[in-house]
Amino acid sequence: MLAFTLRRVLQAIGVMIVVGALSFTMFRFAGDPISQIVSQDASSAERAEIRKSLGLDDPVLVQFGRYFINAARFDFGMSYRFREPVAKLLLERMPATLELATCATVLAMTLGILLGVYTALRRNSFLATLLSAVSLIGISLPTFLIGILLIYLFAVVLGWLPSYGRGDTVRLGWWTTGLLTTSGLKSLIMPSITLGLFQMTLIMRLVRAEMLEVLRTDYIRFARARGLTTRAIHFGHALKNTLVPVITVAGLQFGSVIAFAIITETVFQWPGMGLLFVQAVQNVDIPIMAAYLLVVSLIFVTINLIVDILYTLVDPRLHAGAARRT
Amino acid sequence: MTEMLAPDGLDPATPRAGWAARALDSDVFYAFRRSPLAIGAAIVTLAFFAVAIFAPLLAVQNPFDPAQLELLNSRIPPLWSADGQAPFLLGSDEQGRDVLSAILYGLRISLLVGVLGVGLAAAIGIVLGLVAGYFGGVIDTVIMRIADVQLTFPAILIALMIDGVVKSALSNRLDERTMLAVLVLSIGLSFWVQYARTVRGSVMVERTKDYVAAAQLIGLPSWTIMRRHVLPNAMGPVLVIATINLALAILTEATLSFLGSGMPETMPSLGTLIRIGNNYLFSGEWWVIAFPGLALATLILAINLLGDWLRDALNPKLR
Repeated sequence: MLAFTLRRVLQAIGVMIVVGALSFTMFRFAGDPISQIVSQDASSAERAEIRKSLGLDDPVLVQFGRYFINAARFDFGMSYRFREPVAKLLLERMPATLELATCATVLAMTLGILLGVYTALRRNSFLATLLSAVSLIGISLPTFLIGILLIYLFAVVLGWLPSYGRGDTVRLGWWTTGLLTTSGLKSLIMPSITLGLFQMTLIMRLVRAEMLEVLRTDYIRFARARGLTTRAIHFGHALKNTLVPVITVAGLQFGSVIAFAIITETVFQWPGMGLLFVQAVQNVDIPIMAAYLLVVSLIFVTINLIVDILYTLVDPRLHAGAARRT
Repeated sequence: MTEMLAPDGLDPATPRAGWAARALDSDVFYAFRRSPLAIGAAIVTLAFFAVAIFAPLLAVQNPFDPAQLELLNSRIPPLWSADGQAPFLLGSDEQGRDVLSAILYGLRISLLVGVLGVGLAAAIGIVLGLVAGYFGGVIDTVIMRIADVQLTFPAILIALMIDGVVKSALSNRLDERTMLAVLVLSIGLSFWVQYARTVRGSVMVERTKDYVAAAQLIGLPSWTIMRRHVLPNAMGPVLVIATINLALAILTEATLSFLGSGMPETMPSLGTLIRIGNNYLFSGEWWVIAFPGLALATLILAINLLGDWLRDALNPKLR
């Protein structure tokens, strides 16, 4: 177990070094940092001076090392456009993205599990068939179209919900939250649905497939024979056994939820990291792009690592398999 | 991805006399004729390609040519509503652009980027997969490690990154053709992994067979063996992935364009049209966004249904 964990951690560190090198290459070679800092009419002597003071003349490996140490201290340089430290910009917007992603995931898990169980238990009912058809169409609809459709329906036509932004937020230390105000909660509804819909259909299909599989097993048949109530069989035994893969998938998907938040945040003008990144791509604000790549990769790699390790803890069969391989 | 083997009669890399007859006679075509859903999806997909190809003949104006746009004709609602005007069947936008013409021409761009992007992804993936599978060893490890790392990240994020980096390398102001090339490049570079993995898997199986040993014995160069003998036997699954990926590539292009990093407004794709239409959502001009959105959603649904069906039809386990 220890060997497995260690190997996974080393692997994760390897990935982060590769991503860091990519991020550094972008930061250093895409666009000249000097021309972004000095004015147009600076002499070449002045430019050389600044080059030297920024350490741009040092060997590339030294620069990479310095970049890595700075990044580890959460220092990603200055944004070209905002003239502010990138770390501060990212930190300001992180709560918005994390709240949105968490709400979307919770929504997707709850609805996905409920609907998945329903469609598995009442496989041939009208509603189950309808849900499967709708989920297929839901997968084909682009995220941004779903968002626009929701805005048109609930903000333009009905006027029930705000169409963009985060509403009023409350400050808790450095964290700003929209969960404590009515307008903040109302603003959260449509973006969460838009972001969570894809995961919901995914989880629904997964739960349905797993439930159908488990319901065919011998221990369920045996539980029936023992005369347990249907309720106890379905929820106490069958559902419990489907939850391990579901939680794994949901955990792994949390990373892509953060990535897909880019689209949702643009549609709803949600002031999160994704919107900052999209604007950075449009303005060719390389430091923000490089830092976003690093931060999102770190979140991805950490989640993958945790899920992998938890999985072996939960499922001893995998643990044994991993031990045998090493 | 489980390895799928192409059934006889669906091997496009060996065009022999009567391959069309064999294709019509194959199990896959038989299954196709029996599935109304697949036929419907195929018809819709082909119809989209047809109207895209013949767009200049069908459209009343060329929306890419500013000289043909009249500001007087701006914001006309669809023909069937009270204020509708011929020839603007689906209405017009702020600049007097006919929505139907814009959709037809936009469809051309979307399909072009999609097909070229999938083509590039397949080309990169096939070459790397062939090399990795055939030579093995360090080359294999390096290529597959890169693939593993890339697979951790969603394609849309990678495409956005590549788009931004290329744009910063080429300076921000780019003409339409360069933008199109950048989009194709970013889609190609973000979708190659699946092809590489599949081809590598098939090649590793093929490599051990006698005909490869025979070809090596008579002294054929590795590249010829890979291209002429191994590759044709690994192509079946690639076609399935390409079909499924076409919808994904079109969706990625639309998303990039919607986010403002794709096609510019002077040469709009479907995604750009939706982005333009999004600005009129609150002023009541719903037709500027509704019809391009509908076209995109229908196109993707049709290709997805076709791809799903093809995957099941070619999967021997499901027969």
